[in-house]
Amino acid sequence: MNSFSPRDEQDASAVIAEAAAKGTPLTLMGNGTKAAMGRPNQTEASVSSVGLSGVTLYEPAEMVIGARSGTPLSEIVATLAEKNQQLPFEPMDYRPLLGTKGEPTIGAVAAMNISGPRRIMAGAARDSLIGVRFINGRGEAVKSGGRVMKNVTGLDLVKLQAGAWGTLGFLTEVTFKVLPKPERVSTLLIRGLDDVTAIEALSAALGSPFDVTGAAHLPAPDRLGARTLVRLEGFSVSVDYRLNELRRLLKGFGTADIFEGRGADALWQSVRDATVLQERGSDRAVWRVSTAPTKGPDLVARVATTIDAQWFYDWGGGLVWISTPLIGDLGATVIRDATKALGGHATLVSAPDSERSRIDVFEPQTDAVTMLTRGIKASFDPAGILNPGRMYAGL
Amino acid sequence: MSIAFPKPDEAVLSRRSEILAGLGRLVAPEALIVSEDERRAFETDGLTAYRQLPLAVVLPSTTEEVSAVLRFCRDHGVKVVPRGAGTSLSGGAIPQEDAIVLGVAKMNRVLEVDFKNRIARVQSGITNLGISQAVAHEGFFYAPDPSSQLACTIAGNIAMNSGGAHCLKYGVTTNNLLGVTLVLLDGTVVQLGGDYLDSGGYDLLGLITGSEGQLGVVTEATVRILRAAEGARPALLGFERVEDAGACVAAIIAAGIIPVALEYMDRPAIQICEAFAHAGYPLDVDAMLIIEVEGSDAEIDDMLRRIVAIAEPFRPKTVKVSQSEAESAAIWKGRKSAFGATGRVADYICMDGTIPTGQLPYVLRRIDEIAKSYGLGVANVFHAGDGNLHPLVMFNTNKPGEMEKAEAAGEDILKLCVEVGGCLTGEHGVGIEKRDLMTYQFNPMDLEQQMRVRGVFDPGWLLNPAKVFPLEGRFAA
Ligand SMILES: Cc1cc2nc3c(=O)[nH]c(=O)nc-3n(C[C@H](O)[C@H](O)[C@H](O)COP(=O)(O)OP(=O)(O)OC[C@H]3O[C@@H](n4cnc5c(N)ncnc54)[C@H](O)[C@@H]3O)c2cc1C
Repeated sequence: MNSFSPRDEQDASAVIAEAAAKGTPLTLMGNGTKAAMGRPNQTEASVSSVGLSGVTLYEPAEMVIGARSGTPLSEIVATLAEKNQQLPFEPMDYRPLLGTKGEPTIGAVAAMNISGPRRIMAGAARDSLIGVRFINGRGEAVKSGGRVMKNVTGLDLVKLQAGAWGTLGFLTEVTFKVLPKPERVSTLLIRGLDDVTAIEALSAALGSPFDVTGAAHLPAPDRLGARTLVRLEGFSVSVDYRLNELRRLLKGFGTADIFEGRGADALWQSVRDATVLQERGSDRAVWRVSTAPTKGPDLVARVATTIDAQWFYDWGGGLVWISTPLIGDLGATVIRDATKALGGHATLVSAPDSERSRIDVFEPQTDAVTMLTRGIKASFDPAGILNPGRMYAGL
Repeated sequence: MSIAFPKPDEAVLSRRSEILAGLGRLVAPEALIVSEDERRAFETDGLTAYRQLPLAVVLPSTTEEVSAVLRFCRDHGVKVVPRGAGTSLSGGAIPQEDAIVLGVAKMNRVLEVDFKNRIARVQSGITNLGISQAVAHEGFFYAPDPSSQLACTIAGNIAMNSGGAHCLKYGVTTNNLLGVTLVLLDGTVVQLGGDYLDSGGYDLLGLITGSEGQLGVVTEATVRILRAAEGARPALLGFERVEDAGACVAAIIAAGIIPVALEYMDRPAIQICEAFAHAGYPLDVDAMLIIEVEGSDAEIDDMLRRIVAIAEPFRPKTVKVSQSEAESAAIWKGRKSAFGATGRVADYICMDGTIPTGQLPYVLRRIDEIAKSYGLGVANVFHAGDGNLHPLVMFNTNKPGEMEKAEAAGEDILKLCVEVGGCLTGEHGVGIEKRDLMTYQFNPMDLEQQMRVRGVFDPGWLLNPAKVFPLEGRFAA
């Protein structure tokens, strides 16, 4: 297999233009920490962003950071931390779940629209992504958006690139909006709630004026071990005030303990990375399902009565992580019957290659959306050489 | 009058009665407007210097009617200009002589409110404020709040990706939209998103938002609703120098504070607004900031205290911290009347570029020079936190040639925004107004990629085709 690591945009453009001319399919990647996600695609050649590294723009007072796509996420995080800022959307680290090593890149965070618990309050990666430069499947260098927060000039191709998993272009540079780090983070923890009651509590918290930035429920085999988490961030005086108000508001659901510091941070990290569900090397499949928060428990009930499932909820109930045994269709039919009935979409996040080529990784789309998806793919990549088949068969 | 419309298609004009008859078979009689008098009401939008009388106006009541009308227009090669309330400031909703206007204003119902899941599903012709009003009894609101919110529709907001005074904290339309019902030109009805977060495949919802009525017609929308903060209060700070105000904004953000609103007014804007609203603004400063924070009373006090302390080194000449609702209203009164007050002293055009906020002092100086070079005045009010400028270039319509001068000055200002790393439009959209400037921000490859995507939805350029893309160099797909 040929692998290219272009040094700059021109280089990348040349590599892709040549592949387009020859009709050579390309796998686009950063460091490959998430190569085991999406549909497995086998190509003769790959293009990696690792040669494109470094922060290109950082203006803390303007709350904006730009970087070449191969810049390690850890470098972005560290650069921002120096000025007491952070990425608003709290990107998940997939390595523990997938059992992979290496440095995730900022380009992949953009391409896969990777967010975490704070998504409910601060938006997803796609909401903070304000500019991209990419090479389309013709080998042309294209830009969309820019470095300013408010920009409605022309069609928003930034949004299309976020979550296209490299099927619409090879990202060379990405620009994100950032936010200050909070002075203090604190979590209210209620124990022993069943799923339905827990989601009710989370809905009450999220429907309050107290700016909740994390809302998760971690069930346990023994209900008494179940934990419901509500996170608050901000200036310390304000956090104190809101903790009190929320405790009062949630009184009917049980005692809410205040949980802060390393242990609490680690717990939120395990929610973010879905390691509360399972650690690497486990022989179960993992699904990520987005639905309306109060429908989460219903969705789980439909699935768990049919197959041996384990699960937890983030986003106030709207993000359900489910693990299933590696048998049959890994639960695809029951899960997708449930998303069809209740609304939402399910992604098969972790399963062996053989399973991910057999089972739809992304929620199957309606005919009309499929038609638009194919049209859009062709408009960026007429020869179909960029990550072919990574999202949908034949695309 | 320097912006050109494409030449109307004579063949379509000559088939007018046939087209009207065809449309008449698809919608209820009262939904089809054909008389010249009634069509006049739709000949322009918020960019009133430009007018075009459409072939007809159709105001459907259902998604099915919208679908039938679009399919008919596609089959008969008739152009369609989608319309909400017609408040676009970039001419986005201005018709063409050989086009029909397809308005969604009659489709204005709330379909579902779900407080537990914090969403509202509405028909797209509902006004922006209408959504907030429908959920206010539970203390909720719809966050993006353009100043036109009393009139403008969510359909127009989606098409323009509209913002508002509070978007620093809450984001703009695209950050608050969960789903739409979209009717494609061939009549296909597509559901994008729903009552949940993020989409499975390509982010088509994100693509539709801000697409200025060129990809399809939105008939329903699901939006996020939020619980309103317990309270909000502003502080007013006046500075002798523009640089100090700019540095103060930077220092507030560096301190980790994101106010819910951070508005800037320059000397001419302060003078004009004070004369009109008697808001108690300082008349001896070059720059003024209105900084609003939210929360409980104690939280607000704490935050405003911090802000005043941060401002100290920049030697503000005026510091007014609102202590009551009445004082807050007074501080906001001037700012909110900025457009109206300016309209009383002059005709004006409102520009909408965005700049990196670090460039503020330089850009304001250049804007002043540009206006002066055309012999015109300019007042600046804008969202300082995100760099979205609204220079109001003032002129006198009755003086021949002044409007053209104002347009030319506006153009120079927008080019300046692009030069310093910003963009042509932060929230009002490209429309016809900035169409011919697109080549300053985008190179041919950038624009071609956008047009190819556009072509997936409308290969024949029938949907709002006079807008966004320069008339030269267009292609189908
Ligand atoms: C006094 C004043 C203050 C304003 N303040 C702000 C502000 O603070 N922030 C801001 O962002 N804007 C502001 N605007 C601009 C304007 O109000 C917004 O752009 C608004 O979103 C337009 O909504 P509308 O319903 O009037 O849409 P229209 O003007 O009718 O249409 C706008 C665009 O949307 C398209 N469109 C309309 N309906 C549909 C549909 N159903 N499907 C597809 N496309 C459609 C039209 O073709 C057009 O391109 C202001 C305007 C005025 C006059």
